[in-house]
Amino acid sequence: MSAAAADIGATAGQDRFAQATQLQLTWWRFRRHRLALISLFIVALFYAVAVFADFLAISDPHATDARRSFIPPQAIHLFDDGAFRPHVYGLRGVRDPQTFKLVYTPDPNRKLPVTLFARGYDYALFGLFETNIHLLGIEGGSRGDGIFLLGTDQLGRDLYSRMVVATRVSLSIGLAGVTLSLLLGVLLGGISGLYGGWVDTVIQRVIEILRSIPTIPLWMGLAAALPNTWSVTQVYLAITVIISLIGWTDLARVVRGRFLSLREEDFVVAAELAGASQGRIIFRHMLPSFASHIIAAVSLALPAMIVSETALSFLGLGLRPPAVSWGILLQDAQNIQVLAGAPWLLSAAVPVTVVILAFNFLGDGLRDAADPYG
Amino acid sequence: MRPTPMAEPIALAVRDLAVRFEMEQGNVHALEGVSFDLRAGRTLGIVGESGCGKSVTARSILRIIDRPGRITGGRILLDPGTPQEVDLAALDPESARMRAVRGGRVGLIFQEPMTALSVHYTVGNQIIEAVRQHSDISKAEARNRAIELLREVGIPRPETRIDAYPFELSGGLRQRVGIAMALAGDPDILIADEPTTALDVTTQAQILALLRRLQAEKRIALMLITHDMGVIAEMTDEVAVMYLGRVVEYAPVAALFAAPRHPYTRALLRAVPSVLAAPRQRLATIGGAVPHPGARPAGCAFHPRCAEVIPGRCTAEMPPAIPPGIAGASCFLDVPA
Amino acid sequence: MLMYLLRRLGLALVTCLFISVLTFIIIRLPPGDFVDAYIANLAASGSTVSNEQAEAMRRDYGLDQPALVQYARWLGRVLEGDFGVSMVWRRPVTEVIGDRLWLTMVVSFAALFLTWAIALPIGIYSAVRQYSIGDYVFTTLGFIGLAVPNFLLALILMYLGFRYLGLNVGGLFSPDYVQAPWSWARVWDLAKHLPLPAAVLALAGTAQLIRIMRANLLDELRKPYVVTARAKGLTERRTILKYPVRAALNPFASSVAYLFPYLVSGSIVVSLVLGLPTVGPLLLQALVAQDMFLAGTIVLLLGIMTVVGTLISDVLLMWIDPRIRLEGHG
Repeated sequence: MSAAAADIGATAGQDRFAQATQLQLTWWRFRRHRLALISLFIVALFYAVAVFADFLAISDPHATDARRSFIPPQAIHLFDDGAFRPHVYGLRGVRDPQTFKLVYTPDPNRKLPVTLFARGYDYALFGLFETNIHLLGIEGGSRGDGIFLLGTDQLGRDLYSRMVVATRVSLSIGLAGVTLSLLLGVLLGGISGLYGGWVDTVIQRVIEILRSIPTIPLWMGLAAALPNTWSVTQVYLAITVIISLIGWTDLARVVRGRFLSLREEDFVVAAELAGASQGRIIFRHMLPSFASHIIAAVSLALPAMIVSETALSFLGLGLRPPAVSWGILLQDAQNIQVLAGAPWLLSAAVPVTVVILAFNFLGDGLRDAADPYG
Repeated sequence: MRPTPMAEPIALAVRDLAVRFEMEQGNVHALEGVSFDLRAGRTLGIVGESGCGKSVTARSILRIIDRPGRITGGRILLDPGTPQEVDLAALDPESARMRAVRGGRVGLIFQEPMTALSVHYTVGNQIIEAVRQHSDISKAEARNRAIELLREVGIPRPETRIDAYPFELSGGLRQRVGIAMALAGDPDILIADEPTTALDVTTQAQILALLRRLQAEKRIALMLITHDMGVIAEMTDEVAVMYLGRVVEYAPVAALFAAPRHPYTRALLRAVPSVLAAPRQRLATIGGAVPHPGARPAGCAFHPRCAEVIPGRCTAEMPPAIPPGIAGASCFLDVPA
Repeated sequence: MLMYLLRRLGLALVTCLFISVLTFIIIRLPPGDFVDAYIANLAASGSTVSNEQAEAMRRDYGLDQPALVQYARWLGRVLEGDFGVSMVWRRPVTEVIGDRLWLTMVVSFAALFLTWAIALPIGIYSAVRQYSIGDYVFTTLGFIGLAVPNFLLALILMYLGFRYLGLNVGGLFSPDYVQAPWSWARVWDLAKHLPLPAAVLALAGTAQLIRIMRANLLDELRKPYVVTARAKGLTERRTILKYPVRAALNPFASSVAYLFPYLVSGSIVVSLVLGLPTVGPLLLQALVAQDMFLAGTIVLLLGIMTVVGTLISDVLLMWIDPRIRLEGHG
């Protein structure tokens, strides 16, 4: 190839690259922060679902009905003979010709209209207002009829309603775990970063030790030791403590690192020279300046907490029924035979994945925003 | 060929070199119409403020500009006027021919002796690699050659130092290692990009003396990039003053200091601290800052900071570029000699 | 270098001691002691134990002593290799665990190597070809890898395998080899079954490592020493592989320290889903049955194995980074 031809070839290649990048680069540049924004919206949506869980649920998440066992997901049909009349099909019991078992299947001849703000099971909104109004419901169904958007489990409980209600436990236990971790992390990380010396050494070694232990066997051991007699609330608190046991180490590292670098900053030295008390320096000057780092670290720690609870409950060592969490719902999907017959039991995997993804993007975006150079 | 006042043959001729960085914020013209000659055994100084395109010029010659920068025009002629003449600007940067030039014909010395060497390999490893890249000799021979190079650049006890890691050496020694590495392929052209900026004054003087000695011994064409007028005065034969990607003045060093022809050069020279200055005299500075290369002023790029601006002319028209090899300034006030 | 090694070794010992304390706490946590559990266990199978017998057993196991004494005696026995007797299996704990501990380590190590083998080239590719379509694809895949917990992934794979291939993709051996004694054929059978669980385990870590490698390499690629290497006339490939990749390997090697415990952890849950004969399912059974000596021993051995794995990675790191290697030599 002549030199001139090579030059033209190279130029053409680079032009293509350049043209591709104009759009692509812009896309990449915005992607991170736009994703963080979308993620923030998704996370907010999830917490809204958690707050209004009972309102959004359709049937009582704890009500069992052997006849409704393993009903596949049902769609809401929006139109009836061309007219907008949302409805679901009623259920009809059919005897299986081989097993003679009574199996419930949707009956297209029985159309049950779907209504908004329908009356359903009783609950207390925000734990305060007794009500029985739900977002969706059906009119005039007999016992056993219902809207089963995601199907039912073995005991005939509506999976959609259970998943919505589970959001509350799964998300709040993450929040509680992170709060506890944060308290421990800020306290120990702060002490470590502020005082240095042997205190720092000891805390750092403890962190290193805790991080070098495989967490799940340890959690399993601790969780299994919780007495059977404990109430749901007690177990909930105990599980929170157990998953925070390791979670605080990351936050402590962030806090310590910040304290170490801030200690040398001019404004801190200035405050010291001005005779401000240590408490005032910490809370008035230092903490606000790395709050954004902590928020970012927290949003990255939260998904780990949620996964931990899900994993423990999935193993049957975390929360116990009647508590409902995504892990507990997934527990039903453990048996491959059952799963093969009722794959909708896996649907709790979707919110788990979405929430983890959203928190990760959010955390990344926040971290970039907090520290563009770090 | 154009008659030249100097007898030494031209080793490298840069003609109308243009380099553009295509970025999402818009295109940045890092270099525009840059021309100069490097002659065997002589030193060309390239001077200017940060961001004027000095380093981009050096990297363009070696064809190692980082993406998204690329050469959009001009020629870089190695051995111009001889049968071996090659236009480096037309070569594929990754081709064997270009790689043979890199380190083989043209050596590069860096500003930061701390970071220009990898901490993960011994000094010897990094020099031997350069030696073997450009000659077909055994490992043992290459090692001997590396020791010889280290001795040549004035490193004491090179037999043991060759096995040292860069972080075990002082800044001055590291810069000497950098020079030894640049010499490993036995180049006849050396580009030194701010070789003394990161060093203390005593070490600076030693490194400059070393460069001078090597140049005299090997008849090397040296291109010395710096922002230090003192180094220019001490080291160079000719000087190209750059501003925002253009050569604004080109002159023999004595002429440059005696009678600077471009207002920018005059401003640069006024900004040099002098021991002869009156006590407490304020050091002159050039008003304003170098504009971002992407936001290049219309007309003469220097006009917003120029004390001698001709309203209506400098703001609208670009003064003509200086013909290569001839002393002059790219300024409407400059009358060609 | 010696100091570094000694410090690491010391920390590893302290960690092991710490794990042993935690293990002991776990063993003692359930209400009642293990004799109570033993009696309950026997009662369930129809036989009874008299109060005198129970007291005698408590004396034998030193359960009437203070906790510290019990811990010391337990630790002493453990150091002699006596981990106690599994109540459910009525056999020494070590016998019950058998190969399972090694298989756990095999699975975890396989996942570790897979993580490296995938993350290294992809990380390099993503950094060198930053913003290319490939980089974009890998980044997206990486995020999904981070977001799907490994046991869920295992569950989904099990379902897909069962639903569409009609076979059980779990297990570490073919039915013929499950009970067979060790032979080359059995090892080969194991090797054939290893990729799936290893891949499931490796996914999240791989995603994380790709991100780390990409970020580090992007930093390194901008450093002046890369220009030095290019200016020597080296090919781009050699330049990148010898210099910046080498520098970016450091965090890669140190990633073992946090990756390995994570993989061992994950193997427990994944094993349950995929039905792997590792200590995972055994640990769960033991915990549910309150077979605390078995459970405690598993936790202890897993912890110690992890510490040893981490220690090996530290030594590796030391050899990779001359700055650590020459520490103390001036």
